[in-house]
Amino acid sequence: MYSYSEFDEAFVRERVAQFTSQVERRLDGSLTEEEFRPLRLMNGLYLQLHAYMLRVAIPYGTLNPRQMRLLAHIAQTWDKGYGHFTTRQNIQYNWPKLEDVPKMLQALADVGMHAIQTSGNCVRNVTADHFAGAAADEIEDPRPVAELLRQWSTDHPEFQFLPRKFKIAITGSPNDRAVTRAHDIGLRMVRNAAGQPGFEVIVGGGLGRTPMIGHTVREFLPKADLLPYVEAVLSVYNTLGRRDNKYKARIKITVHETGKEEITRLIEDRFAELRPLFGGNDQKLLAEIEEAFAPPAFRNAPTDAYDAFYSADPTFRSWADTNLATHRNAQYAIVTISLKAHGETPGDATADQMRLMADLAERYGHSELRISHEQNVILPHVHKSDLPAVHAALVQAGLGTANVGLISDIIACPGMDYCSLATARSIPIAQEIATRFDALNLEHEIGPLKIKISGCINACGHHHVGHIGILGLDRAGVENYQITLGGDGTETAAIGEKTGPGFAYDEIVPAIERIVRAYLEVRETPEETFLDTFRRTGIAPFKAALYGEEGEKDAA
Amino acid sequence: MSRRFTPKIVTANRLREGDVVYLTADDRWSPFHHEAELIEDEAHAQMRLLHASAQKLLVVGVYLADAKPGPNGPEPTHFREEFRTRGPSNYNHGKQADYA
Repeated sequence: MYSYSEFDEAFVRERVAQFTSQVERRLDGSLTEEEFRPLRLMNGLYLQLHAYMLRVAIPYGTLNPRQMRLLAHIAQTWDKGYGHFTTRQNIQYNWPKLEDVPKMLQALADVGMHAIQTSGNCVRNVTADHFAGAAADEIEDPRPVAELLRQWSTDHPEFQFLPRKFKIAITGSPNDRAVTRAHDIGLRMVRNAAGQPGFEVIVGGGLGRTPMIGHTVREFLPKADLLPYVEAVLSVYNTLGRRDNKYKARIKITVHETGKEEITRLIEDRFAELRPLFGGNDQKLLAEIEEAFAPPAFRNAPTDAYDAFYSADPTFRSWADTNLATHRNAQYAIVTISLKAHGETPGDATADQMRLMADLAERYGHSELRISHEQNVILPHVHKSDLPAVHAALVQAGLGTANVGLISDIIACPGMDYCSLATARSIPIAQEIATRFDALNLEHEIGPLKIKISGCINACGHHHVGHIGILGLDRAGVENYQITLGGDGTETAAIGEKTGPGFAYDEIVPAIERIVRAYLEVRETPEETFLDTFRRTGIAPFKAALYGEEGEKDAA
Repeated sequence: MSRRFTPKIVTANRLREGDVVYLTADDRWSPFHHEAELIEDEAHAQMRLLHASAQKLLVVGVYLADAKPGPNGPEPTHFREEFRTRGPSNYNHGKQADYA
């Protein structure tokens, strides 16, 4: 994977030194909070409900074991022994003290990590398919391009004060695991008629209070044109974006108000101006970056041990069936480590768990780890003969839950347990749903089902694209949860449909159970997934299950 | 017609630690909601808010929050403020652990 160049290293060190001095000046009174706030946010430091929170970027979700161990060290030294992996491939520490933050950033810099541009109206951490470089369905590893975008966007003088934050996601596969259609810019690698790889460029997607699926402004963009094209999009947005109204400032509103055709024309015009200014250095740099992402030296060895274990051990088989994905090398598998043990907080890992995952990556996984936007950890390259040992070690550490893609593999934002923007809690709802369906022993019978929970309208929990989405609101001083159904974050992206009135805190888990039971009743075969069933039947049977006959009548 | 003033307390986070604190009538910052000064007069609330906001080396994010009288002192009226008095619900962290 990519290692910092001298330039990257010097830049991050300089930023740590600057922020160290800024914290000192805040503590001695030379800087007011009004002056300090934008500086701390530029370095990923938020003030939340109970404490500060430090958000650390994990560019395109890729970590090496040394970095993972350092994240564990930070958790243990300056936090409460755990970290929270987020839907944007970041890690958040919920309890740092202000004077410790410079030390945390210094430690991060030692392993080529930082918290820069994890807040503010700039280009945020570029996210990527968590199976990048390993997936069988992949055209090309998208991470070199993601790294190029990271370098280009870091401290880019033109794009530090955008109308609003700006999120880019990228996938190298036709199967979209990076939610590209719900990003400010989504890049989906495709091939043209001549078989050359390039990108479908999607602009203006986003969730939040105005959820929108992005528009394709270019069906096929040659790879070499990527940087000037992305710069053209940013440039048009920077000019047109609504700085007058925070709620209308994202590019999705700009695209909506300008119209797809006109915005496409503006982008293409700007691109025509910018393209000649790119003299090829970006492509030279990309070629160097691509070398750093060369695939590991895959082992050639028998996989009999895997086959034997698979037939003999039902626990292992169950885990293999849910938590493994197809690797492009038939002897290998992609392992998803579930951070969703029933009843635990989605996305949290203790320092010990982080160290174990680092050890396993080193020993069995060509020293690679990924963080998924679904808040799990991936070992992208594990030889099948090593899977029984990996599974056994994970089980010992409480990381062996066989639930990836199932009802308890829930995305949940921190919600009002931590976040100062939240209007209701999300974590305990996720915990209770997982515990409830585990107790019912229905999870595997239900099959693939994505529940996503946000604790406010900003939708960090991606509820709009959950098969079942849950949005926590404050209704007259009481927590209330609104349900959406039929959302989809993949290449067939869709925004979920609201079912009707929301449910109180103690009503929401039974409501979800009624939806799931209705699904089990109306599905035509066990193979028909929740989403397929919803698309066939529409919302009516689910409304009836939620609200009784009246709901059915409304829907008719 | 102006709305009737609902009683308030002054709350903030400590600058260094980030901990939730409440302004007491004798000008301390207490970790306990029930030790806060319950302010029943709007003008006085504004004065106390100004007084608190001026303590820039001690606290950050000062604001007035709704509260009501209780047997042991002021109690929060909104669930957000109630959560702030104890900590998160998924772990025994924050005040519920620190002052157990």
